[in-house]
Amino acid sequence: MNPVELSGGQIIVQFLKDEGIDFVFGYPGGAVLHIYDALYGQEGVKHILVRHEQAAAHAADGYARATGKPGVLLVTSGPGITNAVTGIATAFMDSIPMVILSGQVALPYIGSDAFQEVDAVGITRPCVKHNFLVKDVRDLAETLKKAFYIANTGRPGPVLVDIPKDTTDPKIKIPYVYPKSVEIRSYNPVVKGHPGQIRRAADLILSARRPMLYTGGGVVLSEASKELIEFTKILGYPITNTLMGLGSYPATDRQFVGMLGMHGTYEANMAMHECDVLIAIGARFDDRVTGKLALFCPTAKIVHIDIDPSSISKNVKVEVPIVGDVKDVLQELIKLLKNTDVVPNPEALAKWWNQIEQWRTKDCLSYDRTSALIKPQYVLEKVYEVTRGEAYVTSDVGQHQMWAAQFYKFDQPRRWINSGGLGTMGFGLPSAMGVQLAFPGSDVVCVTGEASIQMCIQELSTCLQYGLPIKIINLNNRYMGMVRQWQEFFYEGRYSMSYMDALPDFVKLAEAYGHVGMRIDNPGDVEAAVKEAFALKDRLVFMDFRTDQTENVYPMIQAGKGHHEMHLSSERELA
Amino acid sequence: MRHIISVLLENESGALSRVAGLFSARGYNIESLTVAPTEDASLSRMTIVTRGTDDIVEQIIKQLNKLIDVVKVSNLSESEQLERELSLIKLRAEGSEARAELKRLTDIFRGHVIDVTESTYIVELTGTGDKIDAFLKAVGRKFIIEVVRSGATGIGRGDRSLVL
Repeated sequence: MNPVELSGGQIIVQFLKDEGIDFVFGYPGGAVLHIYDALYGQEGVKHILVRHEQAAAHAADGYARATGKPGVLLVTSGPGITNAVTGIATAFMDSIPMVILSGQVALPYIGSDAFQEVDAVGITRPCVKHNFLVKDVRDLAETLKKAFYIANTGRPGPVLVDIPKDTTDPKIKIPYVYPKSVEIRSYNPVVKGHPGQIRRAADLILSARRPMLYTGGGVVLSEASKELIEFTKILGYPITNTLMGLGSYPATDRQFVGMLGMHGTYEANMAMHECDVLIAIGARFDDRVTGKLALFCPTAKIVHIDIDPSSISKNVKVEVPIVGDVKDVLQELIKLLKNTDVVPNPEALAKWWNQIEQWRTKDCLSYDRTSALIKPQYVLEKVYEVTRGEAYVTSDVGQHQMWAAQFYKFDQPRRWINSGGLGTMGFGLPSAMGVQLAFPGSDVVCVTGEASIQMCIQELSTCLQYGLPIKIINLNNRYMGMVRQWQEFFYEGRYSMSYMDALPDFVKLAEAYGHVGMRIDNPGDVEAAVKEAFALKDRLVFMDFRTDQTENVYPMIQAGKGHHEMHLSSERELA
Repeated sequence: MRHIISVLLENESGALSRVAGLFSARGYNIESLTVAPTEDASLSRMTIVTRGTDDIVEQIIKQLNKLIDVVKVSNLSESEQLERELSLIKLRAEGSEARAELKRLTDIFRGHVIDVTESTYIVELTGTGDKIDAFLKAVGRKFIIEVVRSGATGIGRGDRSLVL
């Protein structure tokens, strides 16, 4: 049978179907009109029309984080792609698989400052894993395959394919065959860890007297949660997760000591500081995690498992590096642990756990439960209870993000969706759209604040169009809370531009967009309101909680301090 | 410390800017960078001279390897290597005494005079960067009109080769 003849636009749509892509998030415009025409009337690839291209990227990103499949967006040239850049950079920083299809002016016009022309490949170069400019329709299918292959493999990341309008011309048709696989001679990501290094790691791990597991987003990306749990259970060691790794180990398990880092728990950070062997898995020693490098894990020998060689010894020198896929390496380590008679020193481990339990008694996440004002932590506890800890929770960036990370105890991976690396305000609502589309029957919660939500508020319109029953938890303290907190601590209370004046009436705003709005002012009304909102299974509910304006996120390690130099609260200063 | 890094990369538009962009984005230093296609037309070879601590250079090599267009990377400074830079130097050559002296210096440095006018010489000189520096110093600023330097290229000695 001869292959079908398709135009460039049709090739893109057919390729996406062949690649198994369900959703494309996008916004039409001149340079992509041929592609939109090919999308018209077909079934298989569902196009979700956002209201701003940044949201297309975040929605595709949320979809990818929740499903593990690549997120796909389709935007036009010029402002279409520049608007998407924030979302692309967000995905890049958190290693999220994503393919961006951007329209470009026709090849003869490139470089002529044509209408809606920007150098998309140039602009996105520093914030994509790779990018391509398609110069011939005959290269289109293979380039798309390369893009998906690169985005999905190794350390995942966004890949952009810039598509000049004339390469999608409906008048030019060429034979199309789906390229099942593709070879790139310069790209061969390592999967298997080095067996000698894995043995060295196992020896060091078993020799520990004060061990600590520190695991990150790489465990989620590698789908290695099951292996991580088995590994941790065999050893009986304490484990902490980074902000990106939450859920990869069940937060309700006794061995879990909470998140670490700037707003991590006292017990997690103290255990980091005191440990003698640190096992870092799929984590990258980010500055928000390590604090001051000179004071980081001063007595520890470090094992580091990561798929990206450039992550190893970038910020912190390690004794035993293992380059490989986390899942694969953990499976090998588990095999070694099961086949050895060596066990960790039981007395030392018991002593270590005693110490950790002592740190735990500080109850570092406690807050004032008697306040007449709504405490944001309390709202999140209620959301956790009502959703039985099973919701997908997206967040924006700031105080609410940290409280969500601290108070929603994630027991499963891919349930906690936040912009960890780039810290992008505006991420929460659009990413929740991607998650809700992927899991229409599940509770999807967007935890946000009155500042962040306004950065992509227009997506309430998209939510109505597609009937997405997201529950928005707006922790409204009338401040950019995290900015205010830093200004209180480090700028003697000079609250420069951190006050959100002239706020909209969020209830009316939600209603104007066709949704349900609720305003909650009193702590006594929180629980009932949350229950009522989550009972509205097919409606988006915007819950505007008027919270205590001066509540701060604790514990806190100031930037440039060590893990042992934590502030537990305004009353309980140095721990 | 100074390092010479050789890179084989896909001979595609944009590959050079990926490398240059990497260095500027991560604050790495580039002393010189040369690039040209190889005998295999699908590949370019680049020589980068950079300065940095061992940790930084290790990161540079890793980050270069991470670029999709980069096929192979080698830190030539890790073992014995040959390094050459080409320079074309236009000299003010007026009066028989000056002309004779400039020619003599050129010979001493094993350069060639490749263009002559009534008032100028153009000297072609190849060698390490230090040798070219030394020649320029010996000639003196008052005779130098224009200097073009290619930046260093390098190759590993003996069996050590950077090929596919």
